[in-house]
Amino acid sequence: MRLDVKELSFAYQQRTGQGQQKHILQEFQLSVESRERVGLTAPSGFGKTTLCKLIAGYLQPDAGEILLDGKPLSSYRGYCPVQMIWQQPEQAVDPLLRMKDVIAEGDEVEERILAGLGIRTEWGNRFPGELSGGELQRFCIARALGKGTRFLLADEISTMLDLITQSQIWHFLMEETTQRNIGMLVVSHDRELLECVCTRIVEMI
Amino acid sequence: MREKNNRRQRVLAGLIFSVIFLAVVCIGGILCKQEAAATDFSRKNLAPCTEYLFGTDWLGRDMFARTLRGLSVSILLGMVSAAVSAAAAFVLGVISAAMGRTADSAVSFCIDWVMGIPHILLLILISVALGKGFRGVAAGVALTHWPSLARVIRAEMIQLKESPYIQIAEKLGKRKGYLIRKHMLPHLMPQFFVGLVLLFPHAILHESSVTFLGFGLSSEQPAIGIILSESMRYLVTGQWWLAAFPGAMLVLVVILFYEIGENLRKLLSPGSAHE
Repeated sequence: MRLDVKELSFAYQQRTGQGQQKHILQEFQLSVESRERVGLTAPSGFGKTTLCKLIAGYLQPDAGEILLDGKPLSSYRGYCPVQMIWQQPEQAVDPLLRMKDVIAEGDEVEERILAGLGIRTEWGNRFPGELSGGELQRFCIARALGKGTRFLLADEISTMLDLITQSQIWHFLMEETTQRNIGMLVVSHDRELLECVCTRIVEMI
Repeated sequence: MREKNNRRQRVLAGLIFSVIFLAVVCIGGILCKQEAAATDFSRKNLAPCTEYLFGTDWLGRDMFARTLRGLSVSILLGMVSAAVSAAAAFVLGVISAAMGRTADSAVSFCIDWVMGIPHILLLILISVALGKGFRGVAAGVALTHWPSLARVIRAEMIQLKESPYIQIAEKLGKRKGYLIRKHMLPHLMPQFFVGLVLLFPHAILHESSVTFLGFGLSSEQPAIGIILSESMRYLVTGQWWLAAFPGAMLVLVVILFYEIGENLRKLLSPGSAHE
């Protein structure tokens, strides 16, 4: 499969003043193949997270389109084949749901994935407040790896993890996505990490 | 040993005490229906003593029994109207947030509209239009008290809708009904229950004031408002107990309801207790 981002433009609504809107993205182009892991890097405030949110469908672009195999992504109903993993796992899980219910929301996430990410079974009965950020992030990654996922957007997913866990999780992710032919877009400030993980790197300037 | 009296247990104890006290008042009022109406001229105008704790009035009625009866009528009325009001607030708040912009502006307009009219005026209008009595007051209180809670629930829903975990669940292919049931309702429950309990004291006070002004319950019913307005005539002759005890009891009941609401809030959403 192929994910195409075509001439994407986006500006956040400015409520104050009549001045011209500042476009955070202007005619941005990107293509990702299923077998690829594309690294994306840029300084803060250049719209990396915005781009991820646009591609995953959380925001609507002002112009341009996002195509999955030539079809607009918005035409896919139900489970979205492009899943995004958010930067802050604390905000990405409902504080009143037990972790096993959080996982159940994903699309039939296999036991194998939970084990591969180092998630212990007893964590399933806990609430998000009873887990650390790194432990929560593993659940968020697992949740995004459901059956229907074709592309994965990883927005700074490993910043809160120690190096050993980072390497453990990235090795698992690389193996899993290669095996299931899931394309990845990896956003990070960490150039070394991108060089290690990705098949090519794009600079957003 | 410190465990024995921690904050949670104190809050729980306060909550249980308030609930039991109000339940006793309610049940007592139901049991002494006969006594509250019984007149006996051999014992009229007695000051408070051990036999008649709150004294007796000019018809020789036991003021303690009348007060209990009046309070139980008030509490019952408060419960009915607060429940109806809270249900309306809940439904409207959810509709406003879940069903698009047109529904939202319609509901918001209604909220502002009802809030813009002084409570007591609207209450009197509705009560008189429905022929006073229990029904009129209940409808009046129910129809005037929903906006503040509806506004809170609407705001909460809008905030929830923007939260990442609900947006993520949406992208995971979950339907709107699922999102509301699984993600939104559990977050709304504490707000709703606390709001519901805190509506009671309002409802009771408004019921009493409307009745006091003569637009509420009929005068043969021993409501607190009736008792207070009747006793005004006898205050000048030095019968202070006719107004003092029922008035103090009304204030006590209202305070206890507030106490229940506050304690419930502390238990259901511990985070807010620090404020």
